[in-house]
Amino acid sequence: MGKVDFLKDFRDKEKILAISKLIKKEIDRPINVMEVCGGHTHTIMKYGLKQLLPQEIDFIHGPGCPVCIMPKERIDHGIVLCQDEKNILVTLGDMIRVPGSESSLAKERSKGKNVKMVYSPLDVLKIAQENPNKKVIYFAIGFETTTPMTASVIEKVLESKMKNVFFHINHVLVPPPIKAIMESKEAKIDAFIGPSHVSVITGAKIYKDIVDSYKTPVVVAGFEPVDVMESILRIVRQFKEGRREVEIQYTRAVTWEGNVKAQNLIKKYFEVRDEFRWRGIGDIPFSALKIKEEFSFLDAEVVFKDILPNKPIDDHKLCICGDILKGIAKPYDCKVFGKACKPENPLGSCMVSSEGACAAYYKYGNLEVYKQ
Amino acid sequence: MKQIMLAHGGGGEETQKLIKELFFKYFNNEILLSMEDSAVLNINSKVAFTTDSFTISPIFFSGGDIGKLAIAGTVNDLSVMGAKPLYLSCSFIIEEGFPFEDLEKIVKSMAEELKKTGTLIVTGDTKVVPRGFVDKIFINTSGLGKVVYEGVSAHNLSEGDSIIVSGTVGDHGVCIMAQREGIDMQTDLISDCDSVWTLVEDLIKGNVKIKAMRDPTRGGLSAVLNEWAESSNVEIEVLEEKIPVKPQVQGLCELLGLEPYVLANEGRIVVAVSKEDTEKALEILRKNPLGKDAQLIGKVNSKGKKRVILKTSYGSLRIMEPPAGEILPRIC
Repeated sequence: MGKVDFLKDFRDKEKILAISKLIKKEIDRPINVMEVCGGHTHTIMKYGLKQLLPQEIDFIHGPGCPVCIMPKERIDHGIVLCQDEKNILVTLGDMIRVPGSESSLAKERSKGKNVKMVYSPLDVLKIAQENPNKKVIYFAIGFETTTPMTASVIEKVLESKMKNVFFHINHVLVPPPIKAIMESKEAKIDAFIGPSHVSVITGAKIYKDIVDSYKTPVVVAGFEPVDVMESILRIVRQFKEGRREVEIQYTRAVTWEGNVKAQNLIKKYFEVRDEFRWRGIGDIPFSALKIKEEFSFLDAEVVFKDILPNKPIDDHKLCICGDILKGIAKPYDCKVFGKACKPENPLGSCMVSSEGACAAYYKYGNLEVYKQ
Repeated sequence: MKQIMLAHGGGGEETQKLIKELFFKYFNNEILLSMEDSAVLNINSKVAFTTDSFTISPIFFSGGDIGKLAIAGTVNDLSVMGAKPLYLSCSFIIEEGFPFEDLEKIVKSMAEELKKTGTLIVTGDTKVVPRGFVDKIFINTSGLGKVVYEGVSAHNLSEGDSIIVSGTVGDHGVCIMAQREGIDMQTDLISDCDSVWTLVEDLIKGNVKIKAMRDPTRGGLSAVLNEWAESSNVEIEVLEEKIPVKPQVQGLCELLGLEPYVLANEGRIVVAVSKEDTEKALEILRKNPLGKDAQLIGKVNSKGKKRVILKTSYGSLRIMEPPAGEILPRIC
């Protein structure tokens, strides 16, 4: 077998145009597809895939961006924790830009507070070793994709008996918000494309309940344009053939069972929370993880509980991120989109993260709307 | 290890020693050596004047260092205005304790970069500040150039004009980001950091009518094209498959969720020429080693839209937005 060129093979012009033709030929009904993950929203916008699909396909952007769904009060936790000069707060990527109730981690960093952005959670260990007199708090975020890495950092902390590392856990789960959205019956969703990186860990099996309960096909899709187009074709075919199934498009790394070793590592250190508040959506039962009680000496929410505020804080009243995350509004429906709310000064969470639906719409634009 | 001490910036004997034994040794020229309070210059022409301050982490990167960057950056700002770079000023702000050896390496690399264009440093200044007041070393360079080609402007673009880039984009940005974050790329990728004057000079000598020209530094290709679209009130369309991007740059961008079009370049030019001059410009650029990967990447579509459109290889279109805010990697 020849070497796979991920950049070329999965962006191949001929393949994409051929799939586009097939979809147009085979579609026999309108289909609203929710892409659960912001990564897919990004691919759809970045490559202008909507323009290659028939009008019957409409995309609804889901809640799958770990930054977008972070409620303000939890960001405030991070802000409170970095006020003490004995603490170093460590987090990933654009989490530092998300506005809390009054500030953001980036603003606190500019005031001289000790906030560090890392590319890999493993860097937390290095920072803790280099700063033995400081308390290093890892503000962990992400869906099932990034959870095993946090678990592995916990394991390493325990093995090396480090005493100065703590974890503020904000790991969330994919299936519960999908169920919440379907139960609310506000959004009209016919099918889902599921993020492949989540299923690399969890397996495709996590969607079986959803297909069984709501008769909505779920295709686990990769993030390249060929992957997304092929997944849409699979959805179109399921409807044409009267099937409702979980399908794996991303067979390159996804199996039904997933990575059992990683799942066990997660189970070892985490348990499901009774409830977690999703920004814009509200409380969703059993939708996030926390550190198991036996390791609570590592849990920043336990260790620093006396100083952490816990009152829910609502979003900016003009912001409709909640409706966007629930699939009942599009970014252009928002009065402040691209005006008062821009990536450099986001009012709502969907504009903050590069994975957010508003940021993707703003960044890559929808030429049809721009033409108006 | 010999280090820079506060006294090196004090104006006394140590300062004189630093100037004479280090700076004069490498920046040696009559105007500088005259040691007057100002350099007296003789330029009988329209003059271009520019200034830039350089702070970068890490200060030594593959393909260059802060010194090379401080020369190339200012020389390039003059060059893209059609001005032959002649004289530079150079001001160092150095953190106490900075290794002397590193300063010498930087100064030496500045001298080498100056030679490429025959530009002279004719005046300078050194300040040493206590530890923690600057991050290692900051360099400011200002430059004077003789305008040999007039009329280059971001306002000049009109329908049908061609957009050319002199080489691959994003190399510098990716190199710096990877080294800063300790990402071992296991590739031979180096920054494109270089003085572009010879490229510009070739175009001028070849009688290419240059309408607009920029070095796409911070903000990258996207910033330049968006600024042109705005200033000239036009729509620019670029073809994604024509924009030269090295596979290793593309790879790291994919990994981090970034786009090569917004990453900085330090040895590239973007040129707008009329349709008739396109082939000639490409041929001239490609003959110069600095421009061997030059590509025609797009054209000016029409008046009035003030936007940049990126056309994918499958024919779909999207807006190429100007970069905004801090460049941050995606989370998952």
